[in-house]
Formats: sequence, C-alpha cells, structure tokens
Amino acid sequence: MLKAEPLPLLATGIGKKAVVAITGLVLYGFVFVHALGNLQVFLGREAIKAYRESLHSFPKALWGARAVLLVCLLTHVTLTIDIAAKARAARTTRYKVSAPIAEQGILQRYARKTMVLSGPILLVYIMFHLAHLTAGVVPGLPFKAGEVYDNLVRGFQNPMVAGLYIVANLLLGLHLYHGGVALFQTLGLRHPQWDAHTRHAAFLVTAVVTATNVIIPTTIAAGLIRQ
Amino acid sequence: MAETIDLKLHVWRQKGPSDPGKFEDYSQYAKGISTHASFLEFLDVVNERLVLANQEPIVFDHDCREGICGMCGIVINGEPHGPQKATTTCQLHMRTFRNGEELWVEPWRAAAFPVIRDLSVDRSAFDRIIQAGGYITARAGAAPDANAIPIPKRLADEAMDAATCIGCGACVAACPNASASLFMAAKIGHLNTLPQGQAERDKRTLAMVAQHEREGFGACSNHYLCEAACPKEISVQWIARMNRDLLKAAMTYKPEPQRAGGDG
Ligand code: HEM
Ligand code: FES
Repeated sequence: MLKAEPLPLLATGIGKKAVVAITGLVLYGFVFVHALGNLQVFLGREAIKAYRESLHSFPKALWGARAVLLVCLLTHVTLTIDIAAKARAARTTRYKVSAPIAEQGILQRYARKTMVLSGPILLVYIMFHLAHLTAGVVPGLPFKAGEVYDNLVRGFQNPMVAGLYIVANLLLGLHLYHGGVALFQTLGLRHPQWDAHTRHAAFLVTAVVTATNVIIPTTIAAGLIRQ
Repeated sequence: MAETIDLKLHVWRQKGPSDPGKFEDYSQYAKGISTHASFLEFLDVVNERLVLANQEPIVFDHDCREGICGMCGIVINGEPHGPQKATTTCQLHMRTFRNGEELWVEPWRAAAFPVIRDLSVDRSAFDRIIQAGGYITARAGAAPDANAIPIPKRLADEAMDAATCIGCGACVAACPNASASLFMAAKIGHLNTLPQGQAERDKRTLAMVAQHEREGFGACSNHYLCEAACPKEISVQWIARMNRDLLKAAMTYKPEPQRAGGDG
C-alpha cells in the first residue's frame, strides 16, 4: 500500500513556485516604482537629487526596503535554481527534432524560453548596476556620492555601459512579461473572465518599465542629455 | 493525393531500461505505405517486414486504437502523438505526412517514465499518483437515483472536460521539465469540481501532489506545451485551479484524528 503522506508546502514544486511568484511580485513592484522615479532625470539635476535626498531622509525605511528586496531576490533566485535543477533531472534526454509543439506568439515563446537565461543575466546586471550607481566602485567610471544626475550622465556617455543597460533591460522586459502572466497561474488566480486583462496588465506594466529603462541610457548616450 | 508513400524512417531501438539505445534507419521497410493506414498500422507493416527479414519487431504500446485508452504514445519528429492537434497516435493517419518525409520516432522522454523497450515506457508513476488520491466517500448499496445529487450543468460539464484525460502521458513528454502537472491537475480537478469529491478534497490534493513530487516529475514553469500536446485538449486552467486548491489545502488541512471507531 502506498503511503500518501502529504509533503510540507515548500517541499512541493507548486509551493516553491508560489514563493517565486510572490517574491517576483515584490521585485515587480520595486522595478515599477524605481523606473518611474528615474524618469525624473528628465526634470533636471535638482529634481532627481531632491528625490534621492527625500528617500535618504528616512534611513530606517530605506534600509528596511533594501533588506526586504535583497531577501526577496535571494529567495527568488535560490528557488528558481532549485526548480530548474529538479527539472533537469526530470528530463535528461532531448528529442532528436525540436518541434514548436504549441502555436504561440513570438514574444510569448521567446519570453518563456529565456526565463532561465534572463534570470542569471539579470543577476549579473543587478550586481553591476549596484556597483555602478549605488556603491560607485566600477573602475574607470567616475562617481560622486549623492550626485545622481552626474553619475548617470557620465556613466551612460560610455556606449559600452549604455549598451549593457539597454540589453539587460530588454531581457528584464521579457522576464517581466512572462513572469507577470505566469504568477497569476502559479498562484491559482485565474478565471476566463480575467485572463485577457491579466495579460494586458502584465504587458502594460512591463512596457512602461522597459521603455523607461531603455530610454534613459539611450537619450544620454545619444547626447540629448548632457551634464 | 498518392495512395501510397515512401518514408525515411528512423526508429529508437532500446533493448531494456539500462541499454543506452539508438536510432535505426528503417527506410527500406517504410516504402509503399498506404496513406489510409493509421500510424500504428504503419508500424505493424514495418514490423511484419522486420520479422520477414529476421529482425526483432519494434515494441510499442497500444490497446483500443480508437483514441480512448491512452496506451499509445510515441514522439514523432519531436511532437508527442505526432503533428496533428487533438489526436492520439492511433488516430493519426499516414496522409498527414508527405511522400519522402523524414520521420524520427522515439519514446516519451522523462526520468519518471523509464523506457521498458524501444518505444514502450513505464507509466506506472501515473497509477501511483491516482492511487495516492485514495477513495471518495460515496454511499454504497443500491444504485442511487439519477439526479439524486443536484449538480449545476456548468460544473458537470467542467468536470467532464477534466475527466476526458486518458492518462497517455503526452503532457509529460511535451514538457521541458517533464512535469505531470496537466495530468495531475485534470485528475485532481475533476473530483474537486463535483459534490462527490468534496469530503476528501484537501487530503486528496495534498497526497497526489506529494506523490507527483516523489515520482521525480519536474515543476510547471508555464510553458503550456502540455495543453498543445494533449490529445484531449485539456486546458492549463486546470493547473491554476490545482495550484489554488493545493495552497488552500496546505494552509487549512488538519489530518483526521486516528481514534478507534464506535461499537457500531
Ligand atoms: C528585477 C528582478 C526580478 C523580478 C522582478 C523577477 C520577477 C519574476 C516573476 C514575477 C516570475 C514569475 C513567477 C512564476 O512563474 O509564477 C519570475 C520567474 C522566474 N524568475 Fe525572476 N525576477 C527577477 C530576477 C530574477 C533573477 C535575478 C533570476 C535569476 C536566477 C530570476 C529567475 C527566474 C526564473 C528562472 C523564473 C521562472 C521560474 C520557473 O521557470 O519555474 N529572476 N521572476
Ligand atoms: S491505442 Fe488507445 S488511445 Fe491510442
């Protein structure tokens, strides 16, 4: 007789995916607010500096938020690596011919296929981004603490840096688009009446985040914003 | 359309679970195939010719040959059950293929479905998932009146959609993670949708998900190839429902107390 003992939620793929979805949602909220905040670079040096200072005037809240984000990111990454490793063990052989099987739009197909790829690349990008604009420790890129505007403009005047940000944020776009739809499925929050709205909302939020994050380095690299 | 076609046929041959296996070129036995034959009849013809040539026939699973038992299951050019939507291998006809087309025929690939021989895999992991689900509490005795339990038409239809799963395993074969989520979701979902399934709802959901984990299937990462490969077109909506049922059950389920029963 089979012993049908239930497993703790976090020992099941569904439970792990739920945590991936919730931590992903927190990070989603962050990138959205972060992107909108960064738009203030177009209002000029003083506006974005004032924004930075208002955030830094609540150090407890700032560090609290940073801690939450860090925990979410680490959890998200650790669990997805664990899930991907299990999936590899579950499917060790590939088929001779790789068929598309499902008829899916190019965006959807590409986004779902690149999840495991866009994730780790994002992680490298996030580390570079923090080293560049938060800590200011990237060799060759001058940095002055508190001078957000100058740091941004000087950084993106380097086409390599701008290019890296643009590519990474396009990948983030794919990741967010797939993730934004997937998380509703993962958490079981689906209904035929909402499905279209969910997809549109994920697309819209992703488009806003991606467009903002691509436009900022592009305009600076093109010399439209100067010091 | 030509009445017969010639095919470039490659078939996976594997002597047993521990044999590494390899593709064999059987094009010489795949000439003059009637376009009216089903894919399994095509394999029957190839097998007759192999036997005449003193070779071992290809082992493949089949039973009803009318698309309802779920025994047949072959990957043809990377697609479980071949290229035609909503069709089992036994219902797939050779007119689907072009004269001279190259076919790569292989078994379901999943660690939880070890190859028994050639194209035949061991799908008993599915039986154990069903078994883990256990019984439903139903009144025994004389057959109940029809409609004794009122069930809204919508729910009856939905439950029927899930219950069309024939357990063939194409969802696992199609999934890049070899996840059996669609199978499991259909089996959990059809009982969880009906009044008869409510008494053991949480217990069943938890137990079947746990067994899926123990069998070594992967987790769903929302590729949705299962839905596209399913010969019964079962929707991935069922996976969302299963996820919801599991999360709810994990947070609220209390095991039955193990007390001795009354004197009766
Ligand atoms: C800005 C940071 C990030 C955000 C906002 C984010 C958001 C999301 C969301 C919402 C999901 C959907 C969860 C679901 O399937 O229901 C997801 C999935 C995923 N994320 Fe992220 N993520 C971020 C960073 C990363 C990083 C750094 C990795 C690196 C490993 C990663 C790897 C993955 C993978 C692999 C999946 C798919 C899970 C699966 O296939 O089962 N993510 N992400
Ligand atoms: S042989 Fe029964 S479904 Fe194909």
